Amino acid sequence: MAREILLKIEGLRIEGRAGDGWTEIVKGIDLTLHKGEVLGLIGESGAGKSTVGLAAMGFARDGCRITGGSIMFDGIDLRTAPEPQRRALRGARIAYVAQSAAASFNPAHKLIDQYCEAPVIHAVMDRARAEHDAIDLYRRMQLPNPEDIGFRYPHQVSGGQLQRAMTAMAMACRPDLIIFDEPTTALDVTTQIEVLAAIRDIVRQFDTAAIYITHDLAVVAQAADRIKVLLRGQEVEEAPTRTMLAAPREDYTRSLWAVRSFARPEQPPPTDAPILSVRNVTAAYGKVAVLEDVSFDIHPGRTIAIVGESGSGKSTAARVITGLLPPKSGAVLFEGKPLPPALKGRKRDQLRQVQMIYQMADTALNPKLRLRELIGRPAQMYLGLEGKALETRVRDLLDLIELDPDTYIDRLPGELSGGQKQRIGIARALAAEPKVIICDEVTSALDQIVQEGILKLLTRLQDEFRLAYMFITHDLATVRAIADDVVVMQKGRVIEQGPKARMFTPPHEPYTELLLSSVPEMDPDWLTRLLDRRAALPG
Amino acid sequence: MILTRVALGIGLLFVVSLVIFWATELLPGDLATQLLGQSATPETVAALRAQLGLNDPAPLRYWNWLTGALTGDFGMSMGNGRPISDLIAARLGNTVFLALYAAALSVPISLILGILAALWRNSFFDRAANAGALTAISFPEFFVAYILVLWLAQTGLFPSMVRINPTTGLAERLYMTFLPALTLTLVVTAHMMRMTRAAIINLMASPYIEMARLKGMSPLRVVLRHALPNALAPIINVIALNLAYLITGVVVVEVVFVYPGLGQLMVDAVSNRDIAVVQAVALIFAAAYVALNLIADVLSTITNPRLMHRR
Repeated sequence: MAREILLKIEGLRIEGRAGDGWTEIVKGIDLTLHKGEVLGLIGESGAGKSTVGLAAMGFARDGCRITGGSIMFDGIDLRTAPEPQRRALRGARIAYVAQSAAASFNPAHKLIDQYCEAPVIHAVMDRARAEHDAIDLYRRMQLPNPEDIGFRYPHQVSGGQLQRAMTAMAMACRPDLIIFDEPTTALDVTTQIEVLAAIRDIVRQFDTAAIYITHDLAVVAQAADRIKVLLRGQEVEEAPTRTMLAAPREDYTRSLWAVRSFARPEQPPPTDAPILSVRNVTAAYGKVAVLEDVSFDIHPGRTIAIVGESGSGKSTAARVITGLLPPKSGAVLFEGKPLPPALKGRKRDQLRQVQMIYQMADTALNPKLRLRELIGRPAQMYLGLEGKALETRVRDLLDLIELDPDTYIDRLPGELSGGQKQRIGIARALAAEPKVIICDEVTSALDQIVQEGILKLLTRLQDEFRLAYMFITHDLATVRAIADDVVVMQKGRVIEQGPKARMFTPPHEPYTELLLSSVPEMDPDWLTRLLDRRAALPG
Repeated sequence: MILTRVALGIGLLFVVSLVIFWATELLPGDLATQLLGQSATPETVAALRAQLGLNDPAPLRYWNWLTGALTGDFGMSMGNGRPISDLIAARLGNTVFLALYAAALSVPISLILGILAALWRNSFFDRAANAGALTAISFPEFFVAYILVLWLAQTGLFPSMVRINPTTGLAERLYMTFLPALTLTLVVTAHMMRMTRAAIINLMASPYIEMARLKGMSPLRVVLRHALPNALAPIINVIALNLAYLITGVVVVEVVFVYPGLGQLMVDAVSNRDIAVVQAVALIFAAAYVALNLIADVLSTITNPRLMHRR
């Protein structure tokens, strides 16, 4: 480890615009990175990891400004260097890989045109060589059809492939440093492994230094030599990966993986009839079949988890149950009686019984309504509450989700944190006094510690009101924590279903096995072992 | 997809022709009586009615009118008995010429101003361009026209009246029609410029724009290569609307500069109750509107890879 220092950040301070003034979001961070070294930067959202990552390129987002410290990259102070000099470094010697490749590729240009842009503009190589090089890197990143894939537009390529194409693009000028900003967070577990392995290999092949930003400790453990933990713009601790995993010094660091220990006590097997049953449902969008012969039961007081990759039909099942998508055949039974297939045909009381909580609390709450109205409307519409009774009900609901009514009742969603917004989503669903709540990836946009709070809240409410939950998720840790029954779906079909204990005990169906083994573990050798094991398997 | 659009456009035009025909049917008066005047004998009126086919049922007359219009034959003008197609041909040429002239000035100007305003947003340039464009659009056309006459014609730089005929050469034509073209440019630039600016700025917060900046691209390149191609659809549509306006809505400017265009022809025809001419011009205006919007739709589709290249 006696290699040259590539990047040295000292006393970095960054402010962000907040209303009329400025608040400090990075409060004096020091960071040293040697040539060819990978540093993991972890923390919850709001920890300032992305801001620090961008500052390592001498870049501050609109509404942010670097107010203190120095950023020395290979002898150049990026804070004081003139903009043209910084521009000459970006893309050429320091490259960036963004969280959502789908949003970060320009929809108007082909992949290879975007690949060739940096090398040609920075005069590293001419267009013909850059194209040739792109195909070579696409092959190394194990993209299918490396000769042709570059000539497609971003919308024609899947998310996992785009993420690898973006890593290839970052490699185009053979930079000394790459900033990976949550590169696998938006991917399914099975795709995450492929991308993670490809990133790790390419960084090693070209001896590139990297800053790997993520909130997932298990992911970063596979790629990083050292890990730095951030909390609210300050460093908590830094250590070599193995040391950090084996013996974290700070309580906060320990709490980052302690949250996974939460588990709902085992429930006795169901004795009563299912509250809601999906019977042999087949559904399609136009001619594209998305569900084929899907059946499962939801029991009062129990949680059924529907797991699978994106495109497996999990959310479509929810749309069929809520009546948003009438099925081609099959039926949805509520308390044994079939529900009208389409939303329009359902009575108000039938609608009231099944409520939904969405993944993106941000977009699921009307930003112009105060919490009083957001929570009050379903209570008003379904239960006919007015005036004093309505006010009392809204206050009770806020109490239930552990938000102080006096403080919060007149707030707008924009004045809440991500976890609080999700709590409002829960309160809104509860306001209708439903028997079934469908939770569509409700925790996947949240930090782990916030996730735990939401899961605990949901569990408490379930026990209090004997709610039946249908939990759509791709996160198997969540399933392990709170599910009673599990349905594994793939390509619109149910692969396997049963009580949680059985589902998590071998032997598994091959697809279930693939899903389970793809969940990253807190072990720096996990990825290597897994890849070796998979390579050893025939086929 | 493009074929569907074209078919819809043709269908729409057909409906518009029905509305035009029906609306003029509602107007009181009889063509034959008007042509022959008060002193005509009932016999001559009846003879003329028969000759003009006015006794035929309305659907048949509509059919004859429509098929005639499709072959460029709009019938005879009541005012002077000349074929309407002759009357219109010269006027239509003039109108299209002026519209193209104004478009050739205003489209590049507004695109460049809009792009620069987006590039240097909130700068002095941005504010000045916005203020200037808004000022120009806030004044009525005739006022802008007279101001230009005051400044540029009274000083003898450009003629205030357009005297052109089919034999006028191109250079002479451009010189003669400069003031009306400039007036129209001032009127339409604001829309197009502000839409260009807004459409680009709207995209500047996108992750792919940040990505382009993090690849070390210059601000101008970020705007031209990364933002503009994604902002084309709204820009194309607002340009099409303004071009349609330049063809159909410029009667005030034509009157001020005594320009022999379709707008004046239509206004004259309305005051002379020359219904056949009104019908013909209305149909041409409608066709221009439908065609320009159709072109805008097709261009928006072509410039969007997500619509052109399915997965």
